[in-house]
Amino acid sequence: MKLSVLAALNAERAARRSAVLVTELASGRQRLVKAAEIEADPLGQAIGAQMAQRKSGIVSEGGRDYFLSVAVPPVKAVAIGAVHISQALAPMAKLAGIDLTVVDPRTAFASKARFPDVTVIAEWPDLALPRLKLDAHTALIALTHDPKIDDPAIAAGLKAGCFYVGALGSRKTHGKRVERLRDAGFGEAEIGRIRAPIGLDIGAVSPPEIAVSILAEIIEAQHRKPPRRETT
Amino acid sequence: MAEEPAMAASEDDILSRAEAWSREGRKVAIATVIETWGSAPRPVGSHLIIDEEGNFLGSVSGGCVEGAVVTDALDVIATGQPRTLAFGVADETAWQAGLSCGGQIRIYVEPVT
Repeated sequence: MKLSVLAALNAERAARRSAVLVTELASGRQRLVKAAEIEADPLGQAIGAQMAQRKSGIVSEGGRDYFLSVAVPPVKAVAIGAVHISQALAPMAKLAGIDLTVVDPRTAFASKARFPDVTVIAEWPDLALPRLKLDAHTALIALTHDPKIDDPAIAAGLKAGCFYVGALGSRKTHGKRVERLRDAGFGEAEIGRIRAPIGLDIGAVSPPEIAVSILAEIIEAQHRKPPRRETT
Repeated sequence: MAEEPAMAASEDDILSRAEAWSREGRKVAIATVIETWGSAPRPVGSHLIIDEEGNFLGSVSGGCVEGAVVTDALDVIATGQPRTLAFGVADETAWQAGLSCGGQIRIYVEPVT
């Protein structure tokens, strides 16, 4: 790999942009295809398919084998609520390579003392989320139980196409939430994307256990498509 | 050799390190898992980077074949020619550097030029 190609690839990664490095295996010839250039590329269709799965792999075209090395932005997560579950989630998300930010307008909760190693923003989601640039590589985790705080964040997560939108609360709580989102103009398909009750069903009880179940569900959503549906 | 972090958190870190190593004037090879069959410990796209002194970072197998990959990488650095390596239980090399999990992998090793 030419150092210039490696540098360009790293620059795309650092900017949280997708790119694919195409290597013709027999000759070693390489080219970097940035997200905006995929359609025009001779291997555009294959590249798009690999990118959608977030997976690298070999494709054959015209009797030649090409390795497509897919670089998609690392997953980030935004937890709404500087609560006990978020405190447990923070170190675990870090281990899993997920960049977590915690948002909670209640300054008593969103304190540096409670979250020593995490970016904590003590603002309302409406104010904080636009700066955090939610996207298809972002997981949104609503944990406050307070509709005034959770609802705008969930709405923002759905609109931004976050690959994971999870909300804490019983089925009854979620039922009321669904009604509010319907009133706000969200369709059934969008509402159906919300993981609620949040987390894989592993019988989690304590806040750290719930954090494990949420992290596991995020990992599942990241690697397994289409996402699992709650059967209610 | 500069002190390395004990564990590189992501593939991004590893490729950034490869670039940094190269800019420091070290000769570098990048090994990438390009194909796996059966139960392979690291997914396609995983990287191992190697310098001309045999220092390495990252992983392509979880420890089973890294030694053999490093040896080949030194050759790739010396010749400047990329090559593809195969490891698995079915071939001769596997007995020297086998995957105890029973999987098979193909690894592309290329120099940074």
